[in-house]
Amino acid sequence: MLQNLKSQEFFENYETGSFFDEMFEPDGSVRQHYQAIFQRMSGLTTDSYEQKRQAVDLSFLRQGITFTVYNDNEGTEKIFPFDLMPRIIPNTEWRLLERGLTQRVTALNLFLKDIYNEQRIIKEGVIPASYILSGKHFRREFMGVQIPHDLYIHICGTDLIRDDKGDYLVLEDNARSPSGVSYLLENRQAMKRAFPYFFPKAGVRPVENYPEELLKTLQYIAPNGKENPVCVLLTPGHFNSAYFEHCFLARQMGIEIVEGSDLVVRDFKVYMRTTQGLQQVDVIYRRIDDDFLDPSVFRSDSMLGVPGLVNALRAGNVNISNAIGTGISDDKLIYAFVPKMIRFYMSEEPILGQVETYFASEEKDFKYIMENVEKLVVKATNEAGGYGMLIGPKATTKEVEEFREMVKADPRGFIAQPPIMLSRHPTWCDGSFEGRHVDLRPYILCGKKTTIVPGGLTRVALTKGSLVVNSSQGGGSKDTWVLYS
Amino acid sequence: MLSRVADSLYWMSRYIERAENTARLLDVNLQLLLDFEEMDDDKLKEHWEPVIRAAGKEELFYELYDQADSRSVTDFLTFNPKNASSVISCMLAARDNARMIRDQISSEMWQCLNQAYLFLKSNNAKQVWDSGPYEFYKQIQDYSHGFQGLADATFTHTEGFYFMQVGKFLERADKTSRILDVKYHILLPSLEEVGGAVDAVQWGAILRSCSAFEAYHRLFVTSVNPLKVSEFLIFSEKFPRSIKFCARELDKNLHKISDCPLTEYSNKAERASGRILSELNFSNIQDAFSYGLHEYLVNLQDRFAEIGKAVFETYMFHQRPDMASEIAVQQQQQQ
Repeated sequence: MLQNLKSQEFFENYETGSFFDEMFEPDGSVRQHYQAIFQRMSGLTTDSYEQKRQAVDLSFLRQGITFTVYNDNEGTEKIFPFDLMPRIIPNTEWRLLERGLTQRVTALNLFLKDIYNEQRIIKEGVIPASYILSGKHFRREFMGVQIPHDLYIHICGTDLIRDDKGDYLVLEDNARSPSGVSYLLENRQAMKRAFPYFFPKAGVRPVENYPEELLKTLQYIAPNGKENPVCVLLTPGHFNSAYFEHCFLARQMGIEIVEGSDLVVRDFKVYMRTTQGLQQVDVIYRRIDDDFLDPSVFRSDSMLGVPGLVNALRAGNVNISNAIGTGISDDKLIYAFVPKMIRFYMSEEPILGQVETYFASEEKDFKYIMENVEKLVVKATNEAGGYGMLIGPKATTKEVEEFREMVKADPRGFIAQPPIMLSRHPTWCDGSFEGRHVDLRPYILCGKKTTIVPGGLTRVALTKGSLVVNSSQGGGSKDTWVLYS
Repeated sequence: MLSRVADSLYWMSRYIERAENTARLLDVNLQLLLDFEEMDDDKLKEHWEPVIRAAGKEELFYELYDQADSRSVTDFLTFNPKNASSVISCMLAARDNARMIRDQISSEMWQCLNQAYLFLKSNNAKQVWDSGPYEFYKQIQDYSHGFQGLADATFTHTEGFYFMQVGKFLERADKTSRILDVKYHILLPSLEEVGGAVDAVQWGAILRSCSAFEAYHRLFVTSVNPLKVSEFLIFSEKFPRSIKFCARELDKNLHKISDCPLTEYSNKAERASGRILSELNFSNIQDAFSYGLHEYLVNLQDRFAEIGKAVFETYMFHQRPDMASEIAVQQQQQQ
């Protein structure tokens, strides 16, 4: 009984508020799948919890698991804040998510194949041609290029949220080069070190096979089904904020990490410069945007890219992951059409819901948005990372006015959605647990089959009341446990 | 292996070796001062100038400081970021190179350099320095030794490891010859004085600067003798910081990289290292003295520099194609 008292102390003043809480029922009782961790926490005091937390932070710092923040001449390396209290998902719930995500990414791949070839979805009037053609990330240069296995998205990091009823909704599909998966893997390591005895008892499905699955995916998409293809990871360089992750993945997969200047194109083939001369490269897992990939096709001022890469790709001598032009499916306007895509290409009903979306480019919606900006979330269609976004209910009058003007000036560039009260999760804040909003980013791999490591990266908005979970805007992360049962 | 990776491995290894040598040199010379009474400005200058010269940075020093004394020289060689060879600059450069290739080295090696970085960036480093330079320099040397041990024990002994060894032994050979050269200059202005009354303390300091004091005494029970010290530091077969030992390791590792038999050469770097090694194999300390020790050592330094250049040209340097013409060619192929 004494033990229980302690844990009650931990959560004594915890308030679920009017939100869906991941751990507690509205009546304050602990949800079934959180019982075990609740018991474990009972054995801890504030001090010992604090000790574990500091030990984890220190070990992240020692290992250099950091991202770089540039605010003066010297870049400062910071750790991505990590919260020890894990987010837990029962297996039945996860299986549903898995099916829904697989369905969704399958539809996106069919969509990309279609719009870069026949464009049936436009011809049959499901999506207006103007929406596709005006998309900033639609790559005309890429029309008609044949891609191994017709797979465009090989790695997708879909953001999921839960509304006030606890229903999962897709917030966005990150189909360009989603980052964060290294944190998912390192967070798990950190949890195992912090709770070595408890962990085996918790019944958590492992995530450690991600790099292996990623490598399999990259090998599968090699041109002409080449066996033992040479795969490389293309990074913008060590000053990039995600450089840790690039190194981490390359090392785990045992492939070379290359910069643009390490590669050269000769006779429509891509080579890397080695101490033994030039060596041919078959698959490039790129972590740089389309715009910078090939200065002879895209931005000619890019120093990060490789001139001739697109030529080699067209000649079928190399494959790039994700394919060029997948950004069109990240467009927040195109996002609204994904349920239609699922019906159109697969004749299925969407398993996962998504957020209702108003188009500023449609007269009726435009009028509604203009009249209700302060009640809506307004988003630029082509931004990511929590930039270019207005959360109406939390914005000042001045900000609302600014956005109103911006939307007027460029209706195609904006959409609006009703604000979703993201679910909350107990999170350690200055000596006690408080509810903080969370989302979930599973990483989906599309190769021979579609693979999703159980769970994903749970991101948490550490600032009280904030709905923005991005690391660049004060977000942290949690380990995500999908249980065996 | 990517040329860029080889380059970073080589420099990472070279920088940490350099930091270690500079830290030891400063440590020994600071301690040496404690044994003298009454140092005036001139004497201090006489004491410190050779140290700056051993680091090869005399010109830069006088651009930044007015006077060579304990404070200015230790600051210049330990902390000054404008000096690319200061201990801190070297440690940060080693860690920067490691960061660029951290997928290639073992986690243990990376964490060792990262810890050194965190230590140097923290207030703790300043406190350690304030409470006594000895502890600080010891810490730097420990990082270097720890790193080299970890590299040996956790990093596959293949091409990348050989590039690290090349960097390490080139740096070490250069430093040993410089330390011997500058002090010898002061201590033995003319050949006649060889065998005369010697400053045992100063010669002991040379040995200590090369971590050679104990090794030397194990071999020569007699007290310090300039001829023997020079012979030991240049020609010792077994002491891992002697120039000959370094030259042999250098030659061996260069040949391992190319898989070329030891008695032959397949590129400029191997040719130069093979020649230097056979010269050291077939000459002795009398030859060095009759040639003039200073000239002899300067010649060696130049030729080690030549090897470094040849390694770069052979393995790391790729003529970077002109971006504009490269783009033009590729665009033509698109038509």
